[in-house]
Amino acid sequence: MTADNVNEAPNDGEQSAKIKWLEPFAILFPSGFWLVTFLIIPTIFIFIQSFVPIGKTEFGLDNYQQVFRFVGGNFIYLVVVWRSLLYAMITTAFCVILGFPVAYWLAIIAPKSWRNILLLLFVLPLWTSSLLRSYAWITILRPTGILNTFLNLIGLSGINFLNKAEGVIIGMIYTYLPYMVLVLFTSLERLDLRLLEAAADLGANAKQTFWQVTIPQVSSGIIAGAALVSITSFSDYINPQLLGGPGSRTIASIIELQFLGAGSNKGFGSALSMVLILAVSIVIALLIKYGDRRVVSDG
Amino acid sequence: MANQTSSIKSPIIKRWQTWYTFVAFLYMYLPIAVLTIFSFNESPSPSQWTGFTWSWYAKFLQNPTLLAALWNSLSVAFTAVSVSAVLGTLTAVGLAKYYFPAKKIYRGATYLPLIIPDIAIAVATLVFFAAIKLPLSLGTIVIAHIVFCLAYVSVVVSSRLANIDPKLEEAALDLGATPIQAFMRVMLPQLLPGIVSGCLLAFVLSMDDFVIAYFTAGVGATTLPIAIFSSLRSGGVTPELNALSVLLIIASASIAAIAEAVRSWGNRN
Repeated sequence: MTADNVNEAPNDGEQSAKIKWLEPFAILFPSGFWLVTFLIIPTIFIFIQSFVPIGKTEFGLDNYQQVFRFVGGNFIYLVVVWRSLLYAMITTAFCVILGFPVAYWLAIIAPKSWRNILLLLFVLPLWTSSLLRSYAWITILRPTGILNTFLNLIGLSGINFLNKAEGVIIGMIYTYLPYMVLVLFTSLERLDLRLLEAAADLGANAKQTFWQVTIPQVSSGIIAGAALVSITSFSDYINPQLLGGPGSRTIASIIELQFLGAGSNKGFGSALSMVLILAVSIVIALLIKYGDRRVVSDG
Repeated sequence: MANQTSSIKSPIIKRWQTWYTFVAFLYMYLPIAVLTIFSFNESPSPSQWTGFTWSWYAKFLQNPTLLAALWNSLSVAFTAVSVSAVLGTLTAVGLAKYYFPAKKIYRGATYLPLIIPDIAIAVATLVFFAAIKLPLSLGTIVIAHIVFCLAYVSVVVSSRLANIDPKLEEAALDLGATPIQAFMRVMLPQLLPGIVSGCLLAFVLSMDDFVIAYFTAGVGATTLPIAIFSSLRSGGVTPELNALSVLLIIASASIAAIAEAVRSWGNRN
């Protein structure tokens, strides 16, 4: 009936059932093999290892109990997990608030022929070494750095942001803002401007139009951007390591110490990695659930 | 009401978003400007400007450690991306073309490298290599990099495939082309912009990866990010690193420009 059926008919005749099965297998097997061998099996390895306590051979939950270890009035590891979560949430909030007007301008206000090139220019710093970008922030934030030189020049006293939470969060916002703008841009680009005009014609003021017409249309984009930024900043290693101090270590640094540090404990490190993967899976599950539902109701 | 309509149509220069975005651009480029300015500073201290010099660029070009690390990074990225170009493209084509049981699981697996945090991939790979007693080297970095590179290539090629009319390949088959001819002569040229931009993205990510390489690198297999990190950590920061970052930024900007040109050329065709 359709062109498809007519086209496929001679192929079906030529190909035996065996070849039909062989072709997709040959095309899809190499990547599947690679992902299973070098990603899925290794992940199962650390999953198993997370149940093997250090110095023991039988399985146990000791490594997960260690996450809740209480020393000197402090949950020493839970504090780190909470801190990573807090940094990720602050970073995500700032990226949404700072990134939205930029994405809005790039997608809607900027001259049409310039939009893609301006977006490319905005995210270009992503294409440069992430280590060197954090290093640049050291140069800016250090006590004798550019920020403090400038503050002194205008008569204010210097601030030290380096080696503490502020430094880490400044670095993270800088790192993840382009990702947020990229996702929001894609979402805002599809915004139906006629609806905004209709809202204005029907007597809505700018504020009402924004909250009741624009935001519902792009909410799935905001959710997607927030999920992306919170996942990647939660497990960030570079910014806490370079811009933070001992009091601003995050979960990634603790995992690194368990494998490459002096007092290494691979079982505990594996357990922390599983906690990280679990946290990320929860965010992804929420994204699939709520992100999609909004998209459906948008359509 | 009248206000709202006029504000939608008010001149671009008068809108606060324009100035806000301008400031955001300044923010994004501030660290890069700082690196560039100090790469030309005579004094090795980043707190004062003493005069213009090219000497840090000359010093970088004579630094055997950094040059060896740059060479290692380029070899790893080049090898990983070449393999991923083939694997990732096959995956994208296979996923678009065939229906089979567990297709959803297969597709999900190709997204895993983009979802699982780098640090978890890094430790899992390290534990796995130790368990199968594979000695760490540059090769083990390549193996680990192919995992995420093929995922990125596959995602970018898939999005390109979604815009291609499947009837073109069918028409070629109708006109007597063998399936391989139809793929090579009809599909591949159409997919090429997607493959190229996917590969460029994967190349940049591989060049920039620190965490995974740090865990899977053997002794002496130092890539550029590892070399940069250890010199940052030891505090032996020299303006040579500034010079290096300016060169890297120029290289990345050119690659990004090429990628964008390829993409828009692909869309026009």
